[in-house]
Amino acid sequence: MTWIEGRFEENVVTTTLEQAMNWAKQSSIWPMTFGLACCAIEMMAAGASRFDIDRFGAGAFRATPRQADLMIVAGTVTYKMASRVRRLYEQMPDPKYVIAMGACTIGGGPYFKHGYHVVKGVDLVVPVDVYVPGCPPRPEALLEGLMRIQDKIKSKRIGKGVRELLPVPHHSGYAQSPEHIQG
Amino acid sequence: MTIQEIYQRLVDRFGADKITGINEKATDPWIEVAPAAIGEVAQFLKGDDQLALDSLNNLSATDFLETDAKLAAKFPYQPHTEVVYHLYSFRRKHRAVIKVKFDRWKNNEAGQLPEVPTVSHVWGIADWHEREAYDMMGIHFVGHPNLVRILCPDDWEGYPLRKDYEFPEEYHGVRGQ
Ligand code: SF4
Repeated sequence: MTWIEGRFEENVVTTTLEQAMNWAKQSSIWPMTFGLACCAIEMMAAGASRFDIDRFGAGAFRATPRQADLMIVAGTVTYKMASRVRRLYEQMPDPKYVIAMGACTIGGGPYFKHGYHVVKGVDLVVPVDVYVPGCPPRPEALLEGLMRIQDKIKSKRIGKGVRELLPVPHHSGYAQSPEHIQG
Repeated sequence: MTIQEIYQRLVDRFGADKITGINEKATDPWIEVAPAAIGEVAQFLKGDDQLALDSLNNLSATDFLETDAKLAAKFPYQPHTEVVYHLYSFRRKHRAVIKVKFDRWKNNEAGQLPEVPTVSHVWGIADWHEREAYDMMGIHFVGHPNLVRILCPDDWEGYPLRKDYEFPEEYHGVRGQ
């Protein structure tokens, strides 16, 4: 905790409930342990010490959907698996997020034409929040996807009648609020 | 034994109408067997002291068909299906490839699965191999103890590795194309 030590007087710190909650949520996105194909290897690499997804508080891979906030669909979704993916998604408690990792999950990827058994995009089965392209995506890309999930959580508003605005990823790597289009 | 000697031994035993041919020029020289006879031939291949082909390395199926009308004119094969058995003898240190060729559909009626006698009681491993060939190619192995799909779901329609297979439009509510 060195970065925060000595920064405040002995005092009360005020923040908004919204911010405190979002901060807590975005720093503890627990993913579910499951990988469907080769992309899962990169996901495991992202979890291991070199890339260390735990830096983002998302290293606690849960073995049950009931304790998970994030589903990283890493790999080829087959028709046989689709109903299971759907069921796992439904078993996760709200709020829940889905990352579609890799070309297969985004749209069939290398199996688009001749893969008789491959679902052409996991978004036909479950709603997807962030798409991470690549075959397989590098662990950095997955971490980037995770940060976009964090942005999404950060933009959550709990106030009554407050409009939520989805952040837009910017090429600088940061997310920004969308521009208002006067219409 | 060379493939020629194996062929000769089989012909001496079963005659030329059951052992229908040999191709020695191929990289993996093969012997062709009539589909109806493969059961008894398999028994002999494994049980005979000279042959002793006790290991089935692989059992696979191939579909010969050209669905593209333009390319079909130059297609060098009659449309047919094959089952290929790769055999090895650990005792005699020789190998053999056996092929069985038959029509793509029984009696040439689309949808009627072609029939080949099972060899799963001769080589135990053939059990799962034949289930896979059934699952992917739609070959009915007569006498197989448990001929159900091994990879695709049980309610899957069609046989995906057949050349004229049509992809599903949807499967259990998930759009397919
Ligand atoms: S996108 Fe590429 S690496 Fe990922 S599961 Fe598909 S084939 Fe494998």
